Amino acid sequence: MSEAVDAAVVGGGLVGSAIAWGLAKEGASVALLDEGDVAFRAARGNFGLVWVQGKGADMPAYAHWTLRSSELWPQMASALATATGVDVALRQPGGLIFCLSDEELEERGALITRMHNQSGDIGTRIIDRAELRAMVPGISDRVVGAAYCPKDGHANPLATLRALQQAFLALGGSYRPNRTVDRIDAAPHDFTLHCGAAQVRCRTLVIAAGLGSARLAPMVGLDMPVTPLRGQIMVTERMRPFLEYATHTVRQTAEGSVMLGDSHEDVGFDLGTSAEVMQEIAARNLMALPKLADATVVRVWSALRVMTPDGHPIYAQSERFPGAFSATCHSGVTLAGAHALALAPAILAGELPPSFDSFSPRRFHAQAA
Amino acid sequence: MLKRLDPAQATLRFTFEGEPVAARPGDTVAAALLAAGVGVFRETPVSGAPRAPYCMMGVCFDCLVEIDRVPNRQACLTVVADGMDVRRQHGAREMA
Repeated sequence: MSEAVDAAVVGGGLVGSAIAWGLAKEGASVALLDEGDVAFRAARGNFGLVWVQGKGADMPAYAHWTLRSSELWPQMASALATATGVDVALRQPGGLIFCLSDEELEERGALITRMHNQSGDIGTRIIDRAELRAMVPGISDRVVGAAYCPKDGHANPLATLRALQQAFLALGGSYRPNRTVDRIDAAPHDFTLHCGAAQVRCRTLVIAAGLGSARLAPMVGLDMPVTPLRGQIMVTERMRPFLEYATHTVRQTAEGSVMLGDSHEDVGFDLGTSAEVMQEIAARNLMALPKLADATVVRVWSALRVMTPDGHPIYAQSERFPGAFSATCHSGVTLAGAHALALAPAILAGELPPSFDSFSPRRFHAQAA
Repeated sequence: MLKRLDPAQATLRFTFEGEPVAARPGDTVAAALLAAGVGVFRETPVSGAPRAPYCMMGVCFDCLVEIDRVPNRQACLTVVADGMDVRRQHGAREMA
């Protein structure tokens, strides 16, 4: 089976699906190639933060890109609701990072000042115990204060993925499941992807295949040195609303479940869970919200973050084979708005803006000055 | 409607919504309530739809009830004890 399209996107996760929908919205004929359940599928294990604070310290372009995405999110959410009827449960009440000691609070304060100086003031500030108590009534005395950013929020990541793919289909997009790309014949603006017996030919190609990108990128002259970093998540029974704000380790979903997480484990491609890590996650969050102690945990899982060497995204166009683009990050939810509504149009126009130079993987090979 | 094979063996007593219910030793709360003709165990947190046990093996969470003031108990995994106070679970539980 052979198919010819304007653009092909390799990777049916949040990054690939957002870009594919964005390309289709611009009028392109698009094929979205999804490997299937043999892939690691980070988009099935997300925590669901639309998170701005702290992103892009020492890389203002990333800080600005993240902010832009959070500002584009409402537009994306409402377009998806109109196209599909799916409510992605976007809420942007602001986000909190609880600090359990004066040292943690000082470190957070220093980071806020540094990012303010580097990338501009987005309203992030340190709040004291009294102000925090008014925002989160159940907060423990162990918490000395918090970093608050009014731009932070959260959404349902599974609903977002489903809505993006459904909206893509509604625009006539071609979603191809179980398509492992074996090899790519590359020429400038002319690519043929071989997936078993099937072939897809396209002028524009986007590699957004998560951890699979490391293997695929060199086929079209791109460099995507990504590695896994595991995060475990546990989810509780549904409870009446008690936590409006997003935090980086605990959030309450629109349906009332409480998600707890944010472990960072360098364990290769191991998708297991462990009691020790769950205990640490529970212990830290119980210090902040002791009333969670009798909440029943109903499910646990892990997912593998897609990490670049410095943790910042990679976006680049192949110099050898123009028309081929790379897109990867560990914030597929947060950056979905920008991927769909800002990155996709630039890719279709054939050129990334000059401000994207800092996202090039050349940064990993720079000579020491 | 479910019927007990031998009603005489239902020697335990507990209450559902304050009304007396009979159970056999070893019955789960879900089995005893179904045998007593109870059709609605809870209302869902999101839409408020009525629910009754579905899987009877701890997976579906559709049989949630409040037992002795502890919310969101899985009736199908809880064995009846004499004198239990069982109530419908209305929507999501409160945080303690």
